[in-house]
Amino acid sequence: MKKFILITLTGILILGGGCADTTSRARSVFLLLDTSGTYKAEIDKARAIINYLLGTFEPGDSLAVARIDSGSFSEKDIVAKVTFDRRPSVATEQKRLFKGKIDRFIDQSKGSSHTDITGGVIQAVQYLNETGAGKRYILIFSDLEEDLAKGHIRDFPLEMEGCQAIALNVTKLRTDNVDPRQYFQRVEGWKKRVEDGGGSWRLLNDLERLDRILEG
Amino acid sequence: MTLVQMLNIWPGTPLLSAFFWITVSVFLLYLARTPAHRSIHSLSRVAHNGLRLLSRSTLMAAERVRIRNKEVLFSLGQESTERIVEREFQRVEDVIKRDLSSYPMLQRSMADQITRIDEDYQKSAELPPPVPTWVDAITALGKISSKDASVSAVLEQIHKTINSQHKGVMEEYRRVSSDRHAILHKMMPLWRKLSETLEQATQRFAGLNERAQVIDNRVQAYQDIQAQSERAERMLTSSAATQFFIAGFVLLIAIGGAIINFNLIALPMSEMVGGGSYIGAFKTSDVAALVIILVELAMGLYLMESLRITRLFPIIGQMDDRTRRRMIWITFSILFIMAGVEASLAFMRDRLAADIQALRQSLADVEIVAAANNWIPTVGQMVMGFILPFALAFVAIPLESFVHSARTVMGAAFASLLSSLAFVFRLFGNVARYGGEFFVNLYDLAIFPSLWIERLVVDKRRPALENEAAESRSMVEETS
Repeated sequence: MKKFILITLTGILILGGGCADTTSRARSVFLLLDTSGTYKAEIDKARAIINYLLGTFEPGDSLAVARIDSGSFSEKDIVAKVTFDRRPSVATEQKRLFKGKIDRFIDQSKGSSHTDITGGVIQAVQYLNETGAGKRYILIFSDLEEDLAKGHIRDFPLEMEGCQAIALNVTKLRTDNVDPRQYFQRVEGWKKRVEDGGGSWRLLNDLERLDRILEG
Repeated sequence: MTLVQMLNIWPGTPLLSAFFWITVSVFLLYLARTPAHRSIHSLSRVAHNGLRLLSRSTLMAAERVRIRNKEVLFSLGQESTERIVEREFQRVEDVIKRDLSSYPMLQRSMADQITRIDEDYQKSAELPPPVPTWVDAITALGKISSKDASVSAVLEQIHKTINSQHKGVMEEYRRVSSDRHAILHKMMPLWRKLSETLEQATQRFAGLNERAQVIDNRVQAYQDIQAQSERAERMLTSSAATQFFIAGFVLLIAIGGAIINFNLIALPMSEMVGGGSYIGAFKTSDVAALVIILVELAMGLYLMESLRITRLFPIIGQMDDRTRRRMIWITFSILFIMAGVEASLAFMRDRLAADIQALRQSLADVEIVAAANNWIPTVGQMVMGFILPFALAFVAIPLESFVHSARTVMGAAFASLLSSLAFVFRLFGNVARYGGEFFVNLYDLAIFPSLWIERLVVDKRRPALENEAAESRSMVEETS
C-alpha cells in the first residue's frame, strides 16, 4: 500500500514537473534608444513606451533598455535591464526601480556624435538569446540612419533567428523630404538585413497605439 | 483529341451528332432496362430494409432505455421514500422519547392531584349539625309543670344555658362552614392544573397522530412505488424534472460563487507558486487556486456525507458512528483551515492589487490619491474569503439532487432521442423505397421512345400471337 502511494505521488510530481513551463511563454524586450544628435529630441517619447511595457509585463518577462551611440556593441550602453521576479510583489518593486533608472537616464542623456544601430542590434540579440524567452522583441527607437565612427565594421550579415525587430517612430530626415526614396530605401534596407538574418520586421510609427507593439 | 471532339461525329452539325448519341443511348438503356430496374429495386430494397432494421433496433434500444429508466426511477423513488419514512419514524421516536417517556410521571401526577382533590372534596362535605342530646332533656322538662316558683327558676336557668349552648353551636357551625369553603377555594388551582396536564397529554398525542398520518401517506406512496403504478411513475418523473432544474439553478449560483472565490485567490497564489509558470496552457497560480477550491468542495462533500445529509458515497454512510464523527471533525478542521488560508489570501490580494494600482498610476504620471476607508473592501474580501468555502460546502446537497435527477431526466431525453432517431430511420427507409420506384419510372421516362416503339410492335403482333395461342390450345384439346 505504501509503495502504491509512493509511486502515485512520484507520478503526480513527475507529471506536474513535466507540464510546468517556465520559459516558453515569457517575453523579452530589448529597447534601443537612439541618442544621436538628429534624434535626441524624440527620446522623451520613449518614456511612454517604456512605461507601457512596464505596465503590461508579467513576472518572468525580461526588459532591457540600451542607448544607441557611437559604439553600441557594449554592456556600458545598457541603461537598465531586468528579469521580473516570479512573485508579483517583487516584480512591482523591480518595475519601480527600473522606472527610476529610465527617468534619470532620459533627463540626463546627452547626444552622441555617431549612430551605431547595428552594434545595438547585435547586443540586443545576444541579450535576448541569453534570457531564453519564448518571444523576443527588439524595439528600435530611431530614425534608422546609421552613422558609424571611423574604423567600425558593421557591414556583415546579422544573426536574428527567432527575434522580431520593430522600428518605432522612424522620423523623416531633412534629406528625406527632398528625396523620399531615401527614407524608403533606409527602411527597406533594414528590413532586408533583419529578414536575411532570420528575424521578422515591423514598422510602427503611430505611437498612439502602444498595444500594437507586442501583438505579433 | 478531346471527348467533345470524339463525340462530334459529323463536324459542323452538332445537333445531328447529339441526336445520334441520344438515340444510341436510349437504345442501349432500353436493352439494359430489365437489369437496370432490378438493380434500382434491389438497391432501394437494401436501403429500405437496412433502415427499417436500424429503426427497429433503435426503437428496441429506446424501449430498453425506458425500462431501465423506469427501474432506476422506482429504485431512486423507493430509496428516497425509505429515507423519508425512516426520518418520520425517527421523529416519532424522538416524540415518544421526549413526551411519552414522562407519561408515567404525568399519570402519577394526575393520580396525586385527583387523590388530593378527592380528599379535599371529602373534607369539604357539609355535615349536618349533630342533634344535641339536650333536646330530649328539654322534651322531658317540657312535661314538668312550671307553676312552682322553684321549678320556674330552674327552667329559667335551663333556658339561659340552652341559649348560650345554641349560640356556641351556631358559631362552631359557621366556623366549620368557613373552613370547608376555604378548602373548596384551594381546590381551584388543583383543578386548573389537572386540566392543563390533561391538555398537554392531548396535544402530545395529537402531534403523534399527525406524524402517524404523515407516515401513512408515505407508506402509501411507497406501496405505489413498489407496485410500479403509473401514478407513482408520473409523480416521480415530474419530481425528478423539478429537482433537476432547481438543483441546476442552485449549482449555477454555486459556480458563480466559485468563480468569485477563484478571483479572490488566483492573484495571491502567484505570489506562492510564481506568476510566470504554466501547466499546459494555464497559469500554475490559476491551477493552484482552482485546486484549492476543488479541495474545499471535496471537503464539503465529505462533511455533508459524514453528517449523513447526503448519500453520494455509501462507504462513508456505512461507517460506524465513531469513525464518522472523527471524519466530521477532520473534514471540518480542514475546511476551517482552508477558509482561514483563503481569508489571508484575500488580504494579500488586496495589498497586491493596491500595489499594482499604485505602480500603474505612477507609470501613467497620475497623482496617487489614497482612498478613504480603504479598509472596508479589505475586510469585505477577507470575510468573503472565509465564508465562501463553507458556503461551497453546501453544494453537496444540490449536487446530490442534480446527479440523481439528471439520471432520470437524461435517461428520458436519451429515450426520446432514440425514438426520434427510429422515426428518422423509418422515414429514410420509406424514402429509399419510394425513391427506387421513382428512379425506375424516371428510367422509363428517359427511354420512352423505345418503349413506345415496343408497344407498337407488340400491338401489331398481338392478333398473330393470339391465333397461335388458339391453335395450340385446340391441338392440345384434340390430343387429349
